[in-house]
Amino acid sequence: MGSSRAKECYCLGVESSADDFSIGILTFSGKVLANIIDAFVPHEGGIHPREAARHHAEVASNVLEKAFAKSRISPQNLSVIAFSQGPGLGPCLRTGATVARALSSYLDVPLVGVNHCLAHVEIGRLETGVKNPVTLYVSGGNTMVAAFDSGRYRVFGETLDISLGNCLDVFAREAGLHQEVGVPFGAVVEKLALKGTELVPLPFTVKGMDLSLSGLLTAAVTLLKRGDHELEDLCYSLQETAFSMVAEVTERALAHTGKKEVLLTGGVAANKRLQSMIKAIAEEHDAEFDVVPGEFAIDNGAMIAWTGVLAYTHGIVTSVEKSFVRLRWRLEEVEVPWIE
Amino acid sequence: MSGSVLIKKGAEADLYLADWHGRKVVLKRRLPKRYRQPALDAQIRGYRTVHEPQLMHEARRAGVPTPMVLLVDRKDTTIIMEYVEGKQVKQVLNEVADVERRELCFRVGKLIGALHECGVIHGDLTTSNMILDFEGKIFFVDFGLGERSGELEARGVDLHLMQRALQSTHFRFAEECFSSVIEGYAEVLGREAVRSVLDKIREIQRRGRYVAERKERG
Repeated sequence: MGSSRAKECYCLGVESSADDFSIGILTFSGKVLANIIDAFVPHEGGIHPREAARHHAEVASNVLEKAFAKSRISPQNLSVIAFSQGPGLGPCLRTGATVARALSSYLDVPLVGVNHCLAHVEIGRLETGVKNPVTLYVSGGNTMVAAFDSGRYRVFGETLDISLGNCLDVFAREAGLHQEVGVPFGAVVEKLALKGTELVPLPFTVKGMDLSLSGLLTAAVTLLKRGDHELEDLCYSLQETAFSMVAEVTERALAHTGKKEVLLTGGVAANKRLQSMIKAIAEEHDAEFDVVPGEFAIDNGAMIAWTGVLAYTHGIVTSVEKSFVRLRWRLEEVEVPWIE
Repeated sequence: MSGSVLIKKGAEADLYLADWHGRKVVLKRRLPKRYRQPALDAQIRGYRTVHEPQLMHEARRAGVPTPMVLLVDRKDTTIIMEYVEGKQVKQVLNEVADVERRELCFRVGKLIGALHECGVIHGDLTTSNMILDFEGKIFFVDFGLGERSGELEARGVDLHLMQRALQSTHFRFAEECFSSVIEGYAEVLGREAVRSVLDKIREIQRRGRYVAERKERG
């Protein structure tokens, strides 16, 4: 056992693109040994990038320590360090990149910059076993439908303005709801929506394969302030309308690409109502449906480490000079030589 | 209706080819989506069924070929329209030589320009929603997501979608295709309008999904 363990290679991944700071450690064969996530929860309002970055800097050494303890490997066993290079919030990304550069230079192992959106898809494939899915990735920062075609993941549809998670979060904050560690706003809205019965008409905006959520949010907040409707009904209507929009876009991508698998990931993937909608669509098109399990659906270090392994084993490394963070790095820009 | 055959199972509607009083027609049927809340589902299907033929009619008046609508059945959320024989532009673009491709895209751009000039936004400009018939006419189909608007924002989003569609389905020559589209568009609406719409597209693309900070509002 000891000798085979010594031959195994390990990758450490740093994720820090938004409110979560996370370190994941896994083997080159895809076994997750540690995936420690520390979430920044603001006292009030949304995520301030600098406050979140300060949180990341404060918890970094503790999260690292926990990850090494959990994985039971020492830093000297690492073969490569991966980090989330973008897209994301500048100050947050920079904090993670600094940690990664320091580790890489101290341990004298290569560095790999990973695209955050790509990592969500790749860990989803690893954890659920789907091979070539249409992926719906819905989180606080992103809302997109992507699928692989000719060497890269193509974004078939996405939000033209705010993300689905952001839409739910802002509504919840405007409604005076509170989030706690482990219970994000989305879960609070979901719980209230279960008690809603009346569908309040709200703008439904699908444009081609893209969608727009800002008008929906404004309308919902306006109705909330007017006070004519029960909060439960508004949560219900907001969810039904917004989820129907992402569902339609997903179905369009599925019909367009003819793929036979649908993967749901991102923080909002935990929502049961959204899961049931996307599942129904998959069934309609004779496609398999999978949801990425919780800790791998939210922002996490394991996904960065795994994508780092895929890239590194296909000859991709990032020199320190090229390790600057890329705030608006699009998924389509990334070459994916490990598929086909 | 005799011998209707499913020709396309889309995300939003199913298309059937059928014979209607000796005429080859397309039935566009918006079936209930079981994933959607029933009231919302009825609202969306009803709206699109009524709205789409109106926009098709307006587009045709602006000189943009669209299939002739023969019947609108609100109860069954079904539209019966003329069947346009030809090939999808999506397919043609991949088959033809560079010069022809540029010319085709230029004409597509002119048609989009004509649409926008008369205040119609297509809402789903992709090369699979354009049919090149055997006489060389380009038909625009599928106005289900369209709207009436003369706003720069709506025009920008429409063209942005066209560009995105080119990038995802014709990535090898997306850029040259889109610049030909823009040339055609400019021919109809003029250089000045093109400059502002291109600025708008850039703005749309820059629009952050990472909203850094949301100011507290009274």
